[in-house]
Amino acid sequence: MSSGEGPAVRPGTATFESSASIDRAGPLVAARLALLRDLRLAFRQRGQLVQPLAFFAMVILLFPLAVSPELARLREMAPGVLWVAALLASLLALEFLFRDDAHDGTLEQYALSGHSLTWLLFAKISAHWLLTGLPLALMAPLAGLSLGVPPQALPAIVGSVAVGTAALSLIGSIGAALTLGVKRSGALLSLLTVPLSLPVLIFGARATQLAISGGPLLAPLELLGALAVLGVTLAPLAAAAAVRISLE
Amino acid sequence: MPAQTLEVKNLQLWRGERHVLRGVEFALDCGACLEVAGANGAGKTTLLRAICGLAYPEEGEVLWKGEDVRRNLPAFHSSLTYLGHEPPLKADLSARENLRYWVGVRRRVDADSLDAALERVGAQRWSDRLVRTLSAGQRRRVTLAGLALLAVPLWLLDEPTTHLDADGQQLVGSLIGEQLGRGGMVVAAVHHALPIALRDSRRLELPL
Repeated sequence: MSSGEGPAVRPGTATFESSASIDRAGPLVAARLALLRDLRLAFRQRGQLVQPLAFFAMVILLFPLAVSPELARLREMAPGVLWVAALLASLLALEFLFRDDAHDGTLEQYALSGHSLTWLLFAKISAHWLLTGLPLALMAPLAGLSLGVPPQALPAIVGSVAVGTAALSLIGSIGAALTLGVKRSGALLSLLTVPLSLPVLIFGARATQLAISGGPLLAPLELLGALAVLGVTLAPLAAAAAVRISLE
Repeated sequence: MPAQTLEVKNLQLWRGERHVLRGVEFALDCGACLEVAGANGAGKTTLLRAICGLAYPEEGEVLWKGEDVRRNLPAFHSSLTYLGHEPPLKADLSARENLRYWVGVRRRVDADSLDAALERVGAQRWSDRLVRTLSAGQRRRVTLAGLALLAVPLWLLDEPTTHLDADGQQLVGSLIGEQLGRGGMVVAAVHHALPIALRDSRRLELPL
């Protein structure tokens, strides 16, 4: 066995310093791989992917049955129904954001990768939005039509739901990271996340309402955007700190 | 300039009332291996996690090339890999995909070196099967392929030979031998002696 010769450093082998710096994956490569891994996994576990969307569709479709099939009345309630359903659907998906990665040691490997954990979690949260927020935004027109929303309001609704769910994913990531050490964390996660998500609900519903009535909806949309930007800058940092604590 | 590359000084760590690490000290130079032994619960895993910064010791310090690692954790992390009890693999990805993502996040890896690493650990026949269909020993082999691919100087291994058959244990031995031959370092928590004849292997016994 060659190893019997002991630890003498073989001449001619590249030192670790030089090879490591040449081959090191840059932060962009690392983030892209982290994102692609989550997307591929999601398509392997379609149940988790479909669950929040099915929930969203069900709430929207059951509402007219329970309240009234009159379009005028439905239209009045449409913003609230749409946003409450979107908020709860994205909450439902949050539980899976870090859960599996915490169990199988992926988060540990991310924390020890030499890259910023904040940055890799940002990639994960982006993947999460692509898998839940974006599909919700794309489903919003169908949901809107079934609630009697006029077609010209639909683009604004898609936009507001897309931005709003991004803010929800980001805000929710803090709660998801904080509850990593808790078994059956669903209830606690909702308690932590819902209060922080209220601004998104309020401005999102307001934007939708104004889109339906044809009013000036720039202000609430801008506020939604501001929330999302605030989330981008702060949420991954907070989530990374919480993940580090859970790893100890 | 200190002679030792990795130095651990007076590590003290409590878990609640329990004093787990009681002043652990050792130093390791390039090409050296340290076997950490001790009964179940003696703190072998905790020691490994404290070295790489996943656990926070109350006292003591870890020096890498003479510098406290807490000053520059990312740089220290890019020089090490830690493998815990559980292989960090995704059940719904194939062995090859797992390696591509896990190793790829840290360093560039091309298809050829991936194939070579998979063949090295005897995984070429089942490298495209989902990890959920693999046995515990096969999963362990996949992580060994990752270990070889990562090519970092410091390996922190927690029971590297669990679940492996005789041939697999030999594989661990020869991988460690090559790592030391390249001037790398290995700290391994073990129950049984590593399956390798090491001239410069030391043993650290943790008291319960």
